[in-house]
Amino acid sequence: MNHPQPPETSNEPLAPGQRLPESERKELSPEAIAEIHAIMAKFPDKLAATLPALHIAQREFGFVSLSAMRAVAKAIGIPEGHVFGVATFYTMYQKAPVGKYHFSVCTNISCALRGATQLLEKVCEKTGVKPGQGPSPDGMWSVEEVECLAGCGVAPCIQVNHDVYDELVDEQKLVEVMEACKRGEYRPWAQ
Amino acid sequence: MAAIRTKRDPHTYTFPGFGSEKFPNLMLRGAGDLNNWHLKVYEQQHEGYVAMKQALKMEPVAVTEEVKTSGIRGRGGAGFPAGLKWSFMPKDTPERKLTRYLVCNGDEGEPGTFKDRVILEYNPHQLIEGMIIGGWAMQCAMGYVYIRGEFLWLIEKLEAALQEARDAGYLGKNILGTGWDYDILVYRGAGAYICGEETALLNSLEGRRGEPRVKPPFPAAKGAFGQPTTVNNVETLAAVPPIIRMGGAEYAKIGTPKNTGTRIFGVSGHVKRPGIYELPLGTPMNFLVEELAGGSSTGKKIKAIIPGGASAPMFDDKDFDCPLDFDTVKARGSMAGSGGLIVMDEDTCIVQATLRLIKFYAHESCGQCTPCREGCNWMEMILHRIEHGEGRMEDLDLLANLTPRISMRTLCPLGDAACGPMDSALQKFRHEFEHHITHKTCYTSGSRLLSKVGAH
Repeated sequence: MNHPQPPETSNEPLAPGQRLPESERKELSPEAIAEIHAIMAKFPDKLAATLPALHIAQREFGFVSLSAMRAVAKAIGIPEGHVFGVATFYTMYQKAPVGKYHFSVCTNISCALRGATQLLEKVCEKTGVKPGQGPSPDGMWSVEEVECLAGCGVAPCIQVNHDVYDELVDEQKLVEVMEACKRGEYRPWAQ
Repeated sequence: MAAIRTKRDPHTYTFPGFGSEKFPNLMLRGAGDLNNWHLKVYEQQHEGYVAMKQALKMEPVAVTEEVKTSGIRGRGGAGFPAGLKWSFMPKDTPERKLTRYLVCNGDEGEPGTFKDRVILEYNPHQLIEGMIIGGWAMQCAMGYVYIRGEFLWLIEKLEAALQEARDAGYLGKNILGTGWDYDILVYRGAGAYICGEETALLNSLEGRRGEPRVKPPFPAAKGAFGQPTTVNNVETLAAVPPIIRMGGAEYAKIGTPKNTGTRIFGVSGHVKRPGIYELPLGTPMNFLVEELAGGSSTGKKIKAIIPGGASAPMFDDKDFDCPLDFDTVKARGSMAGSGGLIVMDEDTCIVQATLRLIKFYAHESCGQCTPCREGCNWMEMILHRIEHGEGRMEDLDLLANLTPRISMRTLCPLGDAACGPMDSALQKFRHEFEHHITHKTCYTSGSRLLSKVGAH
């Protein structure tokens, strides 16, 4: 083929032979396991706890590592393969470490029409990291390009960890958000 | 319990005349007021839970009939009559008692759509009330609200609102002395557009990968956890309390005869006042875009409007007067979809816009059906080379040949959705594609819709 291949996006599935990172942690905390068991009891089928349990594991481990998946499978009592399949299907489970403040920048059409690409460049410039390349050396920032965040009317919008910030048209607003992160006013990634 | 958002978002919600008889305010009551989500405010100011108390005194079948009379069509995108959907649910027989579920689809991921977010932010109790009425009408044992994972702060808010409803005795065992037990659980998704499709949503709710199921069996026969299930959009369920309160026949007078009621439209893109507008169905598009949203924000002429979320084929200026209801928009070759209007001005490069949209579908395809998985990727690759000045004239025929091989050949409508923007862009703006191929540059100037940093 003599045409350029579209580049890989940051959330592309794993390439053959590529392995997910392990993390130092191997086990979930007893509170997390109790939380998972409480969720299992609410649903007619324990399998339904897979997604919530992975969210809990991500909160505990910082990202969904191989060990996190194994721990989830063990806590619910389901095959590891199932958890692996689910974790790699959904994009919100980070399969590699992220920074303390994870910026998800929407670059879909509505945001792009109002300057999301310029915003993404500014975010990269200010944080010094590029989408899909892991956190900055000090572990503070990471950036990801995401699809629609349902904030089209207040575009361009970004999500910092779990909260959405809108109408980031001018640079000043972005600087304010980053300053507030440095002061620790926003919820950190793993909490 | 984490913080509930305290900053008001800068959406526009209202306009002169909103709330009058001509433009009834049924779903955006108190939008913009961050204290509006409390049960007390909802009950005191917005006739909250009046409809629920009324419905619990009626026979379940009569409630379904009332919704049928109202003629409300599902607001998620397909426009299927909601009352009819409810009546498909199997009833209990003396020999067999069934466990039925009501599922609310809050996986709002369609680019250009942001209506459910507003309901969840300002009026979660209206959704809860709608879900209780729906649960009563179908005699469900449980209600599930599936919300996309990014909306964590809205999930926390909805959990708090549900707790208020439980404390008031509107949820739980023996609700208001009827002997009926019902509760609502919130389920957090994890970022997959495909989970907006109802069977994919059910798979996700069961803790599996969000891959659409083969239909039949339809969810009404075999849905969540193998039980009869109805899946409704957030907006559809939030419209149920006003229907019961005013009566189905009265609700049917709003809008046009086959497209009744009001609908929340979201306008985004190149307009002066982007935001959320609740309007009766059948309101002309140019009234919404020009009068309410204030027309073009850049001062340039508007070139194209996508009338119903990213999946809907684009309209060019010939169709800007189209009344926004399901049937007319369909007759003009697009779809009313989720009610999100994306407005693009003259300086927008349609090739870039189409590539951005197709990239979205290629990324979000679940990978189950070959036509969609491979086709969307090929469309992306071909558009990518046109955009980067390496296109060939025969690529346009190739693209036109590709779409009929994806559309209607997949389990779910994601493949069809990808073909909508592609086909319409090729038909209506072919000269821009040709310009890109012959001149190796955009037909317009200054359009930058594709990010250049990092991997892209």
